Amino acid sequence: MNLRALLLKTALLFAVANLLLAAGDPLPALGRLSLYNALFPGRPRLPFGETPDRAYNFSLYQLEAMFAAHEISAPKPADEYRVVLIGDSSVWGTLLRPEDTLAGRINAAALTAADGKRIRAYNLGYPTMSLMKDLLMLDLAAQHQPDMIVWLTTLESFPANKQLASPIVQNNLEPVRRLIEQHRLSFDSNDSAFVVPTFWDRTLIGRRRALADVFRLQLYGVMWAATGIDQDYPATYELRANDLEADDSFHDLKPPHLAESDLAFDMLDAGAAIADGIPILFVNEPIFAADGANSDLRYNFFYPRWAYDDYRALWSERAARNGWRALDLWNLVAPAEFTNSAVHLSAAGEALLAERVGEEILQVASGR
Amino acid sequence: MSLLHILIFAAIALAHGALLKGRGRNWLMLIASVLALYWLQPSTPIRHLDFWLSTASLALTIIVWAATRSQTPNLKLPTPNPNHPTTEPPNHRTTQPPNHPTTPRQRPVAIAEREPPNHPTTLLIIVSLILLIALNRTLAFCCLTPTRPPGVLQVTIALALIAAIAFLVSHFRPNPLILIAVILFLFIALKTDSLAHALSAALRALNGQDASQASPLDIRWLGFSYLAFRLIHVLRERASGKLPDLSLQEFVIYTVFFPAITAGPIDRVERFVKDLRAPFVLSQSSVAEGGWRILWGVFKKFALADTLALVALNEVNAAQVRSAFWMWALLYAYAFRLYFDFSGYTDIALGLARLLGVTLPDNFDRPYLSQNLTAFWNGWHITLAQWFRAHYFNPLTRALRSRQWPPALIIAFTQLSTMILIGLWHGVTWNFVAWGVWHGIGLFIHNRWADSTKPRAALLDNRPLLKRAAAIGGALLTFHFVALGWAWFALPEIGLSLKVLRVLFGR
Repeated sequence: MNLRALLLKTALLFAVANLLLAAGDPLPALGRLSLYNALFPGRPRLPFGETPDRAYNFSLYQLEAMFAAHEISAPKPADEYRVVLIGDSSVWGTLLRPEDTLAGRINAAALTAADGKRIRAYNLGYPTMSLMKDLLMLDLAAQHQPDMIVWLTTLESFPANKQLASPIVQNNLEPVRRLIEQHRLSFDSNDSAFVVPTFWDRTLIGRRRALADVFRLQLYGVMWAATGIDQDYPATYELRANDLEADDSFHDLKPPHLAESDLAFDMLDAGAAIADGIPILFVNEPIFAADGANSDLRYNFFYPRWAYDDYRALWSERAARNGWRALDLWNLVAPAEFTNSAVHLSAAGEALLAERVGEEILQVASGR
Repeated sequence: MSLLHILIFAAIALAHGALLKGRGRNWLMLIASVLALYWLQPSTPIRHLDFWLSTASLALTIIVWAATRSQTPNLKLPTPNPNHPTTEPPNHRTTQPPNHPTTPRQRPVAIAEREPPNHPTTLLIIVSLILLIALNRTLAFCCLTPTRPPGVLQVTIALALIAAIAFLVSHFRPNPLILIAVILFLFIALKTDSLAHALSAALRALNGQDASQASPLDIRWLGFSYLAFRLIHVLRERASGKLPDLSLQEFVIYTVFFPAITAGPIDRVERFVKDLRAPFVLSQSSVAEGGWRILWGVFKKFALADTLALVALNEVNAAQVRSAFWMWALLYAYAFRLYFDFSGYTDIALGLARLLGVTLPDNFDRPYLSQNLTAFWNGWHITLAQWFRAHYFNPLTRALRSRQWPPALIIAFTQLSTMILIGLWHGVTWNFVAWGVWHGIGLFIHNRWADSTKPRAALLDNRPLLKRAAAIGGALLTFHFVALGWAWFALPEIGLSLKVLRVLFGR
């Protein structure tokens, strides 16, 4: 064996592999190749997590791989009325087992539409607060034959500075840019928040992390299938704050009033446009109302009272103006049913929410 | 050993071979091994302990060398005979007539055959390197220790103490058994959770640290198991008069040889030193063979083993798995993860050593394709099994034969106790005892089965298809016996292992 020739050929092959990868982007195609819904059951919520060794789940930015791992990518049964739930961590179900999330509770109710179809809810919530992120998920969800969309939002997802702050938005420049252009959203698709890959980022070396993530997601399918665990459940956690700071600011906004232009309502318009005839239900999700220090100024850690009250008024007004089906459930759940955040519900809280949302879904599914 | 360590070690070996054409190789290996001892040592929460553990490895090495070095002229190395190794594979060992000596005695011959002793230079280099590393505390020029080393004065006092002990040992020549007992005591203390915990608490108290925070995991002594095995091997060889005369330089390289310090293999000193004394020029074939072995090892360890680790059976997921199918999947993943991890490290060690002209013995020979359990133990962690055969199994067998024990009882007792000891080598816990018992009983049953079916086994020679089927069946059965044994090995509690076994069989 000629060592020099061997080393030269190896280096050449490596260089060619890098150039080929830089020239094209095989990640979306690779991401769609999935063992989920075949060898492993599909995941009931999108991959997310920071402790993969305990959660058998982790955060990645490859949307095709994320959706391919989700149970929504399984073929749609003929007798299914498919409802997709879009939202933040409260929909995804932080601290909750899949069966205790909003989708899990709706499915447990075994609702049936008037035409006999089984109502099946799919959890497409993702734990960051940004309507742009929700829109991105909704756009992908629309490709999976939904019969109805339920979009749960809260004020924290509306400020302009939150829209591009989500890492999954920042690392998916192309689909986000397409949404911005298609729906003429008030964001710069060349915003510095976006991760724009250089030539080197597109090579095999530059993409090693993304490639490894796609592969790791398949591997964790073994653990998901074996254990049914997709989240790290700590034995104890810190409860949402009840005593609050004496601060009435909300992001860079000051009292006394919010203007409609302060919030990204155009995202909701874009969502309605993407739904394109598919019934969509907008839900203002429940929040924790504190009764501790400074609760006269603020509802909770996130919201000063003036901002939240204005938001609710603007949200309802927008929904009425556009003829949207909307549910304002901000005070549906008792304070005791909030866990580690002012928007995270306990299993009992989710059950209450599922009952109310389920009624609305049933009405839509039955053509009322 | 991380990828960076491997890359740097390989670069040093290649640069040495290319630039110095093999000159000064042993000095390079000495310096690299001493530095690697500190560099590879993991950090510990006990202040300066990482530095002291590496220094203790060198201290033990020097003290044992002082106790075993020849006071007569140099001894010629016995010529290794490939057809007559010092130990026999298990499938031979139990079929010998009762009075047949299981280990041939070899007599060293007194003859000066190598370079003049270089002990003072070696000692000077070692002391200088330790002081240099200690100086890093104030100079901070590099990164050789995971935490800040102790003060130079403390280190100098410690070195003086070590020198005094080595001098006394050299002068009074204590019985090698005393030194073996000291090493075994240290070994047991480190491998027993309660003792390691007490040791940690004592060291913390000594350091003015909170003793209530003590944990058995505090004392992570890099390569101590392998160091202990090599030192005990040398002490036993000295006691039996088979040890060749070794310079301090050769002795230190043998015991803390940097490619093999973290995961073996455990070479025999006679064979190892033969490579050290042979002239070495880095050839293209050495680079190709060594490089390929390193690459293959890196692939096995960092691609296969580390990937399988994500889905391998462990303490946490053992209690979470919901079905027999997936429990088997996790058990298989553990079995292959363990193999690729360990054999990968061995390949890396063999490859690095090859670049330096040392041919370390292989540790694995397709163990999961073995057709019976005895063959498995001839292919799994080979050098450890050989060590136990040479220093425990064979002497014990001879002793029991001389006491006229019935052969079947000798086989049962020696195999069971050997495997329990191998289990305990991994840690003093009931699970490792259970793993040892599992294999000990397995080996005994196979031995009896092989004995009773020997006449019928010969008939298979005329029926190749049936023979092939028996071979495949044997390999599958052996693999599954070994894999089920990992349920004891991988988990910390007997109850958890039993639970896993119950789930595996659908209960």
